[in-house]
Amino acid sequence: MEHVAVNPWAALAYLIAGVCFILALRGLSSPTSSQRGNRFGMIGMAIAVVTTLVTHAPRLAQASYAAVEHGLDIDWGTAGLILVAIGIGAAIGITTARKIAMTAMPQLVAAFHSLVGLAAVLVACAAYLNPAAFGIVDAAGQILTVSRIEMGLGVAIGAITFSGSVIAFAKLNGNMGGAPILLPARHVLNLGTLVGILILIAYFTQDQAPWVFWTVTVLSFIIGFLLIIPIGGADMPVVVSMLNSYSGWAAAAMGFTLHNTAMIITGALVGSSGAILSYIMCRAMNRSFISVIAGGFGAEAASTGGAAKVDRPWKRGSAEDAAFLMSQAEQVIIVPGYGMAVAQAQHALREMADKLKEHGVRVKYAIHPVAGRMPGHMNVLLAEANVPYDEVFELEDINSEFAQTDVAFVIGANDVTNPAAKTDKTSPIYGMPVLDVEKAKTVLFVKRSMGGVGYAGVDNDVFYMDNTMMLLADAKKMVEEIVKSLD
Amino acid sequence: MDFIAILSIFVLACFVGYYVVWSVTPALHTPLMAVTNAISSVIIVGALIASAASGSASSKWLGLVAVTLASVNIFGGFAVTQRMLAMYKKKERPAAAKH
Repeated sequence: MEHVAVNPWAALAYLIAGVCFILALRGLSSPTSSQRGNRFGMIGMAIAVVTTLVTHAPRLAQASYAAVEHGLDIDWGTAGLILVAIGIGAAIGITTARKIAMTAMPQLVAAFHSLVGLAAVLVACAAYLNPAAFGIVDAAGQILTVSRIEMGLGVAIGAITFSGSVIAFAKLNGNMGGAPILLPARHVLNLGTLVGILILIAYFTQDQAPWVFWTVTVLSFIIGFLLIIPIGGADMPVVVSMLNSYSGWAAAAMGFTLHNTAMIITGALVGSSGAILSYIMCRAMNRSFISVIAGGFGAEAASTGGAAKVDRPWKRGSAEDAAFLMSQAEQVIIVPGYGMAVAQAQHALREMADKLKEHGVRVKYAIHPVAGRMPGHMNVLLAEANVPYDEVFELEDINSEFAQTDVAFVIGANDVTNPAAKTDKTSPIYGMPVLDVEKAKTVLFVKRSMGGVGYAGVDNDVFYMDNTMMLLADAKKMVEEIVKSLD
Repeated sequence: MDFIAILSIFVLACFVGYYVVWSVTPALHTPLMAVTNAISSVIIVGALIASAASGSASSKWLGLVAVTLASVNIFGGFAVTQRMLAMYKKKERPAAAKH
């Protein structure tokens, strides 16, 4: 094998960058250490970028021997272009990060994933077009066999990440309906395309003809698109985590090509992070990863659940009733869901909690792992509204408390409170861990109307219980009215 | 470095990732996604190499575009993570409680 000689100092620097990235994730184990962790991430990235700029500075093709000897053959034109490219990216990135609303975080993350995917594809293409620059050619000028596999996988995973994330972005951002789009024979089509890509990558090791490489690229773009369109909006937490994982594997594959430890360590970290998040999300929905990926969940459930709906008596309450009940309570647990995010009700909600605390009420928040459109979505929104994070609890930590709670205040959540998940074996959400809101003395359920059902399309028995009061209104308006009544 | 050495680093890093990520508190899962996004843009290393290399103009321009994309992600990802993390605050304990 003929490789560009590895500078030991550069290798060491990349290793340090990799360690910084590990520390960045490690910092997220608690909110107190998280900001320091993020700084480690930035330091790691700075080390990796500076090291590359120094060791791979653009060189002039025709330079005098003396210039090369003294390191004066820098191609400043190209160097300038590189710095401009970084500058443009930095300006766009920082502006977006400052302006973006916290409720739009899932879209933003999907958009960022697509950029990583596309960058991976471009790097793989560049490596294919100019393999010598990457030190992956043999004596005969052919790309090394092992590098061809790595490049093939890198371009395929990158392309899937890109087109998948673009669809996820369109669905999350509302440019595309959230409902699953089901193509006929999609499983056969998808499996066939995936197998085709793998066969072509295998063939690529034998023949490095351009058509093989470009076909792999195009097919991968298509499969990324096909894989995500049948997946419904509520399964987006899994999809976003999965694409996160893919972006990591793409970086790892390119790291193999470049023999770069920083990229390999990062790829492994990000890849496992996304995979674990997908697993946590699937477990929280009691669904297998395969069934989420196969898609079509929302569509099938809506057709069965809709028919079973019957008219049952329920109680309607007003903002005054809700304010009175909660002000008399000893403890109130607030259960937020995606509806709260849509209505942007988090600030009003925190105001309500403050008023209740003035009345001597203990207020806690209960978060279901799949509430919202991405892992931890609700926590960020509550943090944005200045809710202290030690008042916010995860499902397993708070579920036993509902029985000793006076009021459960459900706002914009539905399926995650449905007791049918515990009792009704025929329900599409059977087996999913749910918040036991029905055990509270009173349940206040904020909902836009009685007509709409949750994402899974199943009716919720909690609506019709004697101790439930439905507060039918826009979540934000209702909470604001409750705040007024609490004065 | 030979392939096996790199593979070893990769496999061990997967294990490190597994344990580190499980220790992340669920409340910070959104910042986790944002920051993993930012760090996976370390792919910029490949983009920089492609941009700096002479020999193929198309390869160089692909590299430059990739540098731009990855930079959006790096700066945007770290900045948005920073913004989110700064919002996580503990309950403000009244000063009187200390006495």
